[in-house]
Formats: sequence, C-alpha cells, structure tokens
Amino acid sequence: MSIYILRHDEANCIACHACEVHCKTNKQLGPGPAPCKIISTGPIDVGGQPRMRFVFMPCFHCEEPWCVKACPTGAMQKREKDGIVHVQSALCVGCKSCIAACPWGTPQWDPATNKAVKCDYCMDRLDAGLQPACVTKCVTGCLSFGVANEVPDPRRERYARYLFAEPPGGAREAP
Amino acid sequence: MSSTMAPNVRGVGTPGKRTVYSLCGMCAVRCPMEVTVQDGKVAWLQGNTHDAAIGASLCAKGAAGIAFENDDQRPQTPLIRTGPRGGGQWRRASWDEALDTIADKLKETVAAFGPRGIALSDRGGPFTDLTRTFVQALGSPNYFNHDVTCAGNGHNAGVSIYGFGNEALIPDMGNAKHLVLYGRNLTESLMVKEAKAFMAAVAGGMRVTYIDPRASVTACKAHRYWQVRPNSDYALNLALIHEVLKQEAYDQDFVERFVTGMDALRAAVKDTTPEWQEPHTGVPAAQLRAFVTEIAGQRPRVIFHPGWFTARHKQSFYVTRTTLILNALMGNLEAPGGLVIAKVAEQVGRKSLKPLAARAPKVEEPRVDGAGGARPQWDPHSGALHQLFAALESGKPYGMGAYFAYRHDPITALPDTEALKRALDQLKLLVSIDVRYSETGWYSDVILPESTYLERANILAQLPGPVPVFAMRDQAIAPRFDSRPAWWIFREILHRMDIKEVLDFETIEELWSYQLEGTGVTVADLRETGIVRLADAPKVTPRDQLRFPTPSGKIEIESDRLKSAGLSSLPPYEPKQAPTGDRFNLLFSKTATLAHGQSLNNPLLGEIAPEQCLWIHPDRAAPLGIRDGDEVEISGGGNYVGRLKAKVTPWIHREVVFMLHGYGATVPLATRALGVGVADQRLQHGKLYDFDPAGGGCALTETLVRVQPAAKQGATA
Repeated sequence: MSIYILRHDEANCIACHACEVHCKTNKQLGPGPAPCKIISTGPIDVGGQPRMRFVFMPCFHCEEPWCVKACPTGAMQKREKDGIVHVQSALCVGCKSCIAACPWGTPQWDPATNKAVKCDYCMDRLDAGLQPACVTKCVTGCLSFGVANEVPDPRRERYARYLFAEPPGGAREAP
Repeated sequence: MSSTMAPNVRGVGTPGKRTVYSLCGMCAVRCPMEVTVQDGKVAWLQGNTHDAAIGASLCAKGAAGIAFENDDQRPQTPLIRTGPRGGGQWRRASWDEALDTIADKLKETVAAFGPRGIALSDRGGPFTDLTRTFVQALGSPNYFNHDVTCAGNGHNAGVSIYGFGNEALIPDMGNAKHLVLYGRNLTESLMVKEAKAFMAAVAGGMRVTYIDPRASVTACKAHRYWQVRPNSDYALNLALIHEVLKQEAYDQDFVERFVTGMDALRAAVKDTTPEWQEPHTGVPAAQLRAFVTEIAGQRPRVIFHPGWFTARHKQSFYVTRTTLILNALMGNLEAPGGLVIAKVAEQVGRKSLKPLAARAPKVEEPRVDGAGGARPQWDPHSGALHQLFAALESGKPYGMGAYFAYRHDPITALPDTEALKRALDQLKLLVSIDVRYSETGWYSDVILPESTYLERANILAQLPGPVPVFAMRDQAIAPRFDSRPAWWIFREILHRMDIKEVLDFETIEELWSYQLEGTGVTVADLRETGIVRLADAPKVTPRDQLRFPTPSGKIEIESDRLKSAGLSSLPPYEPKQAPTGDRFNLLFSKTATLAHGQSLNNPLLGEIAPEQCLWIHPDRAAPLGIRDGDEVEISGGGNYVGRLKAKVTPWIHREVVFMLHGYGATVPLATRALGVGVADQRLQHGKLYDFDPAGGGCALTETLVRVQPAAKQGATA
C-alpha cells in the first residue's frame, strides 16, 4: 500500500459529488471517466429513521496492484518513494488490461485520449506541497489525506464527544 | 473605435500565473471564490480562503465552472429572432444593431404605455443595484426579482413581524443545541457555507429535527424526522406554539420586553392542541409534546430555520410567520446559538456602498403588481412577478410592453409554461440577457450574450451579516465570444434612450470608485483579498439596545400592515383534503449538483445528475399497478404528459409524489440537456396565478397530478 491514507468520514459526507468534479478538473477530464466516485444507497430504515450510505471509491493504491501486473507496457506504475499507483500516459497504449484487472473497477477510460486514467492522489499537487483536489475543495471536510497514522481519525474524537454529551430525552443514536 | 467595443478585453490575457478574486456564478448563492489564471486561461477554481467560513471548499457546480467556460453551447453573439416567437429562427447581429433594435422597441413601448410599461426581472442577490437603477432610470417602477418562486412568502412574513426580511436572520449553528428544518434541505439545495456549518454543528452534537413529506439527504442526517402531510406545516406550527405556551417552554423575559400581541397569539392557538394537529399533519401528539419538552431544556440555543424557498402553498406566509414567532418564544434573537441579525455597514460604524440608484430620479408611479400600494403586504423592492403576466393578459392596472429577463428564466421557474407564453405573446419586446440558452431566451425577441462570471466584472457587492462585508467579482479572463458585461449592456441601452448620466462610466474601475466613495475601502483592497470585512468581530446587540424596525420597535405578532391589507395576522389553518386514487400532490427539489435549469447541459454536471425518477409510496403504487423501476406517465391537467421511472419507497408521504426540478429542457442548441427528463413546471397546470395572497409566492406544492403506468410501447389492446 502507499504510505498515504485518503480517508472518507462518511458521517460527515452529504454526497454532494463535488469531489468527483474537483478530481476531474484537476486532471482536465471531460465526460466519461470518474477517477473517484461517491456511491449512494438508500434511504433505508435504521432504528425508525431514514439513513443513506455514501461510499467513496477512489483508488486503494494496493501493495501488489493487479493493474500494474496486468499492464503490458509498463505505463501503470507504483511510485518507489510513496507507493502511489499511477499511469504514465506516454507509455499507455489504451489496451484496458488495467481496467479489466482491477477488482474494484478503479482505472478509467478516457475517450478524449483513448488511454487509461486513474486516481494518483493528485501527485502533481502532492509534489507541489498541496493536498489532492478532492480533499482540498471538499464541501464539508469529510475527506482527509496524509501519511497513514499521522492524520487524526475523526471517528474516535466524535465517539468520545458522543459519550460525553448525553442529549435530553434519552433518544440518542450511535455516531 | 466603435461605441460598442467590449470594455473587458484588455489586460486579462497576459502570460504567467495570477490569482483573481471572484464570486462564483454557477448558481444564485454566489460563493466567494479564487480563480487561478495561467496564461490567460482558468487553471483552478476554489473557495476564497480569505473567508474562513468557506475556506477552499467549492461544490460540484462551482468546480464545473471551468467546463461551463469552455463550452461552446452558449450564445456567442447577439441574436435577433427572425421567425415566430419560440420558433428557433435567429440571425446573428452586431451589438449596435441589437441594441438599436431594443431601443426602437422601448420607444414604441413608451409611446404606447409610458415608461412604466417596461419591466425587468432577475434572480435577486447582491448586484441588484444595477438592475434596479436601469429600470428606475428608464422611469419605470417595475423591477422584479424571482421571489414569487423562491423566498417571497418568507421575506414578506419577516417584514410583517420583525420589520425585516428573514434573509437578515443568520443561524448561529456552531453554538446551537437544536435546529428545526421545515423542508430546508440544506445538504442538497446547497449553500456551501451553510452546509459546512451545519455538518460541523451536527458533528459537534447539535440535534436536528427535519420536517418534510419526503426523506431527503438532510432527513438522513437528522435525529428526528417527521414525515408530515403535504402543506400541513402551518397546522404543525400552531400546535407547537400551543404546546410551548402550555408547557411554559418560552423565554418569558424576552417575550415581555420584545414581543407585542401575546394575547392575540394565545387566542389564535387556544384550540390547536397536539391532538388537534395529528390528523392534519400526521405527527403523533405524544411526539410533538416530547419535542417541546426537549427544546424547553435547550432554549435559547434552539433555531427554527425560517427557510429560503417558501413558494409552497397558500398559507406559506403564515408558516414563516409562526416559525419566526417560535424563534421569538425561544428568545434566541441576538443570542449565542440562536439567530444573529445581519448588520449593514452603518451598524458597525462604517459606510455602505454608494448606490447607483441615487443617480436616477425617483419613480412615483404605482407598481403594476400593486406591491407596496394596493397590496401593502408585498415588498415593492421584490414585487410579485406573476402579476406582470396577469397585467400583460388583462391590460390592468395598466398595459405593459417590454420585458427584460436578466439571468432569469421565468419559463423554467414559474408554473404553467403554456399560460406564461400566452402572456409573453402580448409583449412588444422580450429580451433575454444571459450567459446560456434558457427556455426564456429561446422564446425572446433578442438574446444578448452576457460575458460569463469569469469573463466579466460586476458592480461591487455588499453583504450584510454578523460582520458585513464588501465583495468583488473581478474579471479573470477575456471573453471567448462576442459578449459584454451587464453594466455595459445596461449603460448602452440607456444611452440609446437618451439617458446618459446615470450609468455614465467608461470602465468598471470608475464605477467601483463611485461605489466606494467615502467607505474607506479601495479597489486595490478588494483586489487583494476579494472580501473586505467591515468589522473585526461580530457585533452582538446588547439586550437593552435591541430594537426591531417595526412601528412599535418590537416583534409584532399583530401587524397593522396586514390589517390594512385586510389580512389576518394569524388566520385559522385551512385543512387539506387527501388526494386519492391516481391523484397526488407534486413536490420537487434539486440535488447538490443541480441549479434549476442551468446545470444539466454542463458536460461535467450532466453526467453526474441523477436519473430523474418519481418517488411514490408503495401503498399508493400497488393499487395502480406500479412497481419500483416501472415507467409511469404523469400529467397535471394540461396537454403535457411526462414519462419517467417510478422509485417506490416508503420514505415519501402517501399523498405525495416527488421529482427533481430542472429537467425537460427544449432548447435545441443545448443538446446535452435537450429532452432529458420531465419539466415539473409544465405539470403545474393552471398555477401561474395561484398564489399566497399574504406573501405573494406561488402555491407550487398545491399542484395535483395524475400518475398511471406508462402505456407499453407496441402493446396491443
């Protein structure tokens, strides 16, 4: 795995899909490819209340990426220094082997270039000392990014607050 | 040099990288934004980090501004209609020719009806000093904003009780313990700063009660969801007030000092018990009581959100009015965790922008809609646009001949397209000034392409708030097509009407300098950060100085203004009949990726827009033979019939069906949106002149539709 974690705090997400467009504008992509995606389901009944699930699907940047192994030209690469899995576009011949190989359907097809494109944590921005586009401009701040174990997990803090703040009426709900 | 040379082509295409501060133009919220320009092209858009409330955040629509800018499917030159209205036959025209054509028709209008026969509508917001000044300079009182399909009922309700519109009330969610939302779907009808503050407050432990016949995303973030019957929220509020008084759950000190008319309030809610409301709203009496007991322990940090969109039903005005009464009972005004009253520059010891309108003579004519005159309950600063169309049809109270729709698309926004077009057919001149092809643009006589929000500068904006600010939308890049900024367009039309002085500015900087006279703020200051705060910290009015701009200086439960209009301050609830069989109330809304009809043609927003489907309750769908995913037909009584897929779900009230708004566009040149989905406004048949008499807002959610399974393609009888 890459040394980084791109965390989605689902409780704080509103499924506004801004991350998808932020990502695409940074990669100058037109309609079609979606390097990251929010998948919504519901509403369903959870304890009498309506609840939706929002699942954020960027790339997981696997330790032994199927896509890298499947790539016949060496375009799909794992970066030595931090484990980011990325496409070197000049080497991509558009065979779609990476798309077929990935268990999560992460690599995307770009009809404008006839090549594969994927989440690379916005390497260009990271190397300039910035955060990925989706994280930088997230509406609620539910996306966070950093070296794994170095970024605080909002869920722990929220759980601690929840234990402390007993709402009146007793009707409380796990966070 | 031609007199119609564009003023916004110089000095913006320079090589290198620079940051330009702007206000987003992808919806009417107009979020503060910074634009990174690389070699004359937009390279990056993000929130203006000088405004801590937004930081770098931007929504999907805002981010898709780059795709909008690069899209060729927008008006590229002035267009003059050659065939019949709406026929889609146009010819390209020079600015001189288009503006001369408009001036000729305006002169015809003035000759026939006087200057008052000219009207303009826009979508409100911080730049209306320009549009109001344009109309006033022409000698007409008939400026309108879009409020009859948005916030009008709420605004006028606010004026009738607090002395100012409810847009001046800013919820302090960060310190609140409980927020109550009447269908204010703030995670989908998205304002970035508000959504950010909301989710932060929820994470910090704020409780949320959400009231809506449909479970939106916001309902899924709430702790308590009441699936009320449609249009029953006034009954709910009367019962809430009854119970708050009964449990003495209100701030007696605040009420004694700042509220008049408590006896009238007690009389109005004497019998509106929790049991009384139960059959009207569907909310169990015990749950209502438990809610009041809960907020009794949380006030004053309890906010009943006054809402934005309130063009719902014919008692919507009184919903907001009673919502504002509930806030007063909580004693939450100018209290932490309550409603902060927005301040203007003078209230923090500074000076407001100098109004352009001061340069035009006052207009004494009565408004065509009667607002502020024969209808004193309606604010004449926003008007009631449907009454312009009524006047076009009847010629009363006087005739109208010319109408400018400025960045406003009434054919998409207002109900009953056929009725609206009949009214528009009476016009001598219909002009659309817009950055895109709207339905109204397609029906107009002349389309004037405004430069996009990235290609133009606007007049400066001043935004009242806890800390009032001045804000700048500066020009980031050169126009891609033969377009012009609005201030220039209006100036050129006035020049052709021999009104030279009012908007006599050569450059936007000259205009800005006029606005900034005496404020102590410079154009350079605004270019530096985009936003200039007029105070260091929010100013909270001390309790002993709290006064309301009403005749009594207090919150007025009984309003003389309403009395003079022959209206009750707190009328009884009008019970609603439940539609049965194949009949339903039609509700509509948007998602965070959609801004009315503006978004679907955007390449990046169209692809993530949800497939429009019709939410319907299983108990009502089953007898009609409708299963989840089936195609259904929906009609509103007119000729228009829509087809879309059913989403069968218990998370919608049995009496209601729901669909997204902004679909069903018909402009052939906007190919990506063309024919996608169903236009809910065309199902609102017969609703153009159906409105709340107190607030003036349209009664859109009173629309009744018929739903049936779609006839199978190729099926035999």
